[in-house]
Formats: sequence, structure tokens, C-alpha cells
Amino acid sequence: MVLNCEEEFPAIVELVNIVNFREAMSERSNDYDIAFIEGSISRKEEIRKLKDIRERASVVVALGACATTGGLNCLKNRFPMEEVKSIVYGKDAGLKIYDTIPAAPIDSIIKVDHRIHGCPIIKEEFLETLKSLLMGKTPFTPNYPVCVDCKLAGNICVFEKGMTCAGPVTRAGCKAVCVTYGRICWGCRGLTDDPNISAHKETLGRYGLAEESVLRSFDLYGGYALEKGRGKKNA
Amino acid sequence: MHKDHLGIREITRVEGHGNIVINLSKGKIEELRLDIIESPRFFEAMLRGRRYDEAQHIMSRICGICAVSHTSASLKAIESAMGIEISAQARLLRELAFAGETLQSHMLHLYFLTLPDFFKMGSVVPIMKSMPDILRPGLDIKKLANEIGRVVGGRYVHPISLFPGGVAYTPEKKELKELKDSLGKSFCLLDKTVETFSQFPAPLFCKDREFISLKDKGGYGFYDGTPFSSQKDSIKEKTYTTRIKEYCVPHSTAKHARTRGHAFMVGALARVNNNFADLKPLAKKIAKRFGLTAPCTNPFMNNAAQIVECFHTAQGAIDTIDKLLLMGPKPEKAGKPAGFGTGIGLVEAPRGTLYHEYTINKEGIVVRANCIIPTAQNLRSMEEDLKSYVPTLLGKTKKEITQGVESLVRAYDPCISCATHIMNVRFTS
Repeated sequence: MVLNCEEEFPAIVELVNIVNFREAMSERSNDYDIAFIEGSISRKEEIRKLKDIRERASVVVALGACATTGGLNCLKNRFPMEEVKSIVYGKDAGLKIYDTIPAAPIDSIIKVDHRIHGCPIIKEEFLETLKSLLMGKTPFTPNYPVCVDCKLAGNICVFEKGMTCAGPVTRAGCKAVCVTYGRICWGCRGLTDDPNISAHKETLGRYGLAEESVLRSFDLYGGYALEKGRGKKNA
Repeated sequence: MHKDHLGIREITRVEGHGNIVINLSKGKIEELRLDIIESPRFFEAMLRGRRYDEAQHIMSRICGICAVSHTSASLKAIESAMGIEISAQARLLRELAFAGETLQSHMLHLYFLTLPDFFKMGSVVPIMKSMPDILRPGLDIKKLANEIGRVVGGRYVHPISLFPGGVAYTPEKKELKELKDSLGKSFCLLDKTVETFSQFPAPLFCKDREFISLKDKGGYGFYDGTPFSSQKDSIKEKTYTTRIKEYCVPHSTAKHARTRGHAFMVGALARVNNNFADLKPLAKKIAKRFGLTAPCTNPFMNNAAQIVECFHTAQGAIDTIDKLLLMGPKPEKAGKPAGFGTGIGLVEAPRGTLYHEYTINKEGIVVRANCIIPTAQNLRSMEEDLKSYVPTLLGKTKKEITQGVESLVRAYDPCISCATHIMNVRFTS
């Protein structure tokens, strides 16, 4: 998505010295101030790499749903890792190269200073965050549910159309684009800091829906958070 | 004994993580490996137990560059497994989004990943600073291509509106007309691309090989078609997995693939070779300009093949918009599932033939999934090409060898993130 900033890229490279962007650059250096980190943790070696980046960078930004919530990768956590490996690699699943651990967001390992949510991320939010950091401001992240964005976009509520939606408990900032284009909120931006779960349950009840059906759609991206929540309850 | 180990650690300017390891002894290659070190991602396992109408959403996330291709293959597999019919309009809209992605991906590869090699620069950044005019056409076409994705799918990547049964959103007439206008203007930007890229002739490296791509009855195999081999035989959809055998190798988290025991190549060059007669006239003319005639066995010509395809695709997208404008476009109801079972979805992703196969049970839950990714199909061919190409570079400096080797791998436009579901050269001594 960063490479989709066709208009802004020339200005970005004027303002920022990009020192390490393997996908787009051959040069690399480990001397940096701001680190944007993509992806979730899914291998032991990545933990060391992540801690190393944290030591070098003064600001760490988690970029995208995999980094901020663990993302879709956490879907594999529903199964034992041995089974996950054998589903894909069959009889060769034992090879060392396929070693994997349950997926997790990067803040399960290191302190994260800022988060750019969503899958995919929104270009404008990335640019706003970058600008704020350059000006020494704290980047703004909405802490209200997607329902607010949806109302502003003038959408008909998907519950009215007989579908379920993770919007009422999901962090806004996406302009509810998935609902605008005819679908539902899949929860890719993660839960708000204080999701109003009980009001959400009430809404579901009003439409004759079971909590389970929404939790199910929410666990596409919310699997890690839900698992952790359950862990807390059990503790 | 003089031993030299050439290692390119984490090959840059490709999608994903890989290393090239070359061990030389007395001027001979002792060992050459393309190590794929990207974390395995287990998408087939992630999909297991999920509802059919989540599948395309999940599988789109395999790649941020060719998300429309994964979405399209996924939708075809779901719809074929469940007997879901889609409207002619939905088909055209999907084709249009698909065309946008082909343009976007080719432009990204040509300008951001390949062009720096020509100018012996490490990235696009110094080109942007010192020769912005060279870059401008690429940026402008890429932006237009992204806009096609937004108008049809709702955003640049991971299309929203494409879902099982059709499309959940239909663009306005006005939006489609604007796209058509911009596409019409894009040809002069593409001409500039030809000017730039034709200044850098491809290294001469021809090697006989089998090319596999889709081939369509009515035209160039892209969104539709049946698999076809340059050995002049078609492959049935259902026998794709017996004909194309995936296997694991200990140095790569991406599987390798072979057909009848040997390597083969997929991607733009394979498509141009197998579908040359069906290229649009303008695209054929551009092929001639690059000296690209079928069959061409030089993998470096994949770059030229991508430019040829951009002309073909831009014209194709205009034709698709014309058809859509004649139809309406109007909002539509989604097709409903009529059954369950196993379905296959095949498309030509920018990097080659993409295969998704799902088994869906009567509750609408995916119980099994299998995906064969273009880059995985090319890995063996890449390794074999490197083994033939490196000896022609011996005697040059390590830096020159590294550049040569990386350019060859880049010409394949590998997407390692997709395939694990590349690169550093490492010389060892």
C-alpha cells in the first residue's frame, strides 16, 4: 500500500530518508529513528529480530492488521501447529524450515508506540501518521466504532438487511468502506479500546441474532483478542 | 583449493524474502540454491472450517499486489463447488478489476523493481530524485490502474464488492466513462514506457523450456481459459494437479513444481508465447518493437512481455467498459448456492497461472483447500536458469555477478509472499 502513494512518494523521499525497505530498495542500513513493522509474529526467530528493531528505533509503528491484531494469520491458531503444518506440507511437514508458532500481534513481544490499523491500511492514515511523527505530534487514531463512520457515509445498517456485522465494536477510521461497497464490516481494524459489548449483544438480540454468529465473523481478525479475553476470564 | 561462496542475502526489490547461495570451486558451480526464507503462512489451513462466503476475503490476503487474482480464483472455485451462477454484468466487472490489477502489478514490477537495475541504482528513489520524468508515466499508469480497482472493488487492494454470487456494488456510469477516458490517454504513457525500456536490450540468454499458461477460446488467456502447454497440448482443469506436481524442498518454505519431471515457466512470457495470435493488434506491434516473437525462450524478455500485455490489457479494459456501458450498469441480486462439493478456480495472475481448489460441505464450510501459486511453479525454472546463467558471468566481479543474478531472478517477477504460502545473493567461501 505504501508503494501505492504514487503522488506522494516523491515528497516522502524528500522529507524522509528511507534506509531499509527490502521490497523496494537494495541499499540497507540499521541506523533508523522510525520503524514501520508489518506482519504478525509466527516464528521464534522473528521475536529476536523484533526486539532488535525495538532497540534501534526510537519510534515503532505497527503497520496493518497483522501487526496490530495478529490479523487473519491467527486463524491458524485454531489448530495445533503440527496439524497446521501437515495440512499444507503433508509428509514433509517435519522439515525444520516449516517451524511455526501461533500467530500474535507484535505488541505481544515489544512496546508499540503507534498503530496504523486495517487490512488493507488506508493510504491517508499512513500519510497522516507519517506527517504527525515528522512534526512531533501524536498521530490521531479514532476510538469510536465503525457505526459512526457508517452513519456519516449515509449507509443503510446491514442489520436492517438481515446480515451481521462487526462494526458496532470495531475501531472506526475506514469510512465504513466495506458497507458502502455492499458488504459488512469484517472487523479488520480491531476492537475499540473499550468496546460496548453489552449494547452490541442487545442490538443482536433485537434482530434475533445470537452472539455466537457475530463472534464468529469477528474472529476473522479478532481471534487473538478473543482468545486473550477468554484467558483473562479464566484467570 | 580455491573456493568461493557467493551469497546474496535477502534478495531485494522482489516481493518476499529469499537468498541466493552460490558455491564456486575452481571456477565451477559446486552448489546453487534459491533459498526461500519467508515465513510459511498456512493459508490452506487458515481456510479450513471457515464459511464459503469468507473464503475469498481470507484468500485475497495472500497478496497485496495480486489480491484481485486471488479473489477471482477463489470466487471461481467457490462458485464452481456450489453451482452458483453469476450475471454477465458481474463477470465483466470482475474482468475490469482484473485488468486494473494486471496493469498495476506490471507497472510496479517494471518501474519500481526492474528499472533501477538498468540505471545501476539500488532503488527507485534516486531515479525519482534525478530523473523524475522517466518515472512519471509509470506512476501515472499505476495510479489509473489502482483507480480501476477502486471504482469496481471499492479500494486499491483487497476488493470489497467481489463476492460469491456476483458483485455487491455496481459503479456509476460516470465513473466508468471517466476510466475509459483515462485509459484512452494511457497509451501515450505506455508509448513512453516503450521508449524507456527499449533502450535497455535484454541480455541474450535463450534456453529451451516448456511454457504453461491459460488459453481462451475467444481470445488471450487471462481471466478465463483452460491450461495449455507450449508442448502443444491442453491440460484439463481437473488434471492440473496430476500434471503439475508440487513438492517440498528443504531450502524453501515455498513448494517447487514440475511437469513430467522437468521445470516449466509461467507468467507474462508464457502467456505471450502461448497466446501470441490473440494479442490485440497494437500489442503485437509493440512485441515486434521489442523483437519478441513466439516462441521466445529468454526469461529476461518477461519484462518486454509485461509491457506488451499492458497495451493488450488497456485496450481490453476499454472494450469491457464499452460492454458495461451498453448494459446499464444496474444493481443486481447475488446468485445463490445450488449445491456443494469440490470446485476449481483458475486465472492468469500477473505472475502466472493461479490455481485454487476447495471442497465445501453441505453446511457451506470449507473442509479442504489447495492453492498452486505462480512463483512456486517458477522456482525450479529460476534455479535451473541460474545454474546455466552464472557460468556465463564467471570472471566478472562479485558485484557484477550479483547484479546479473538478481536481474535474472527479478525478470521472473517473483512474489515470494504469495509462494510461501526472494532475496539476498550469498557467496560462500
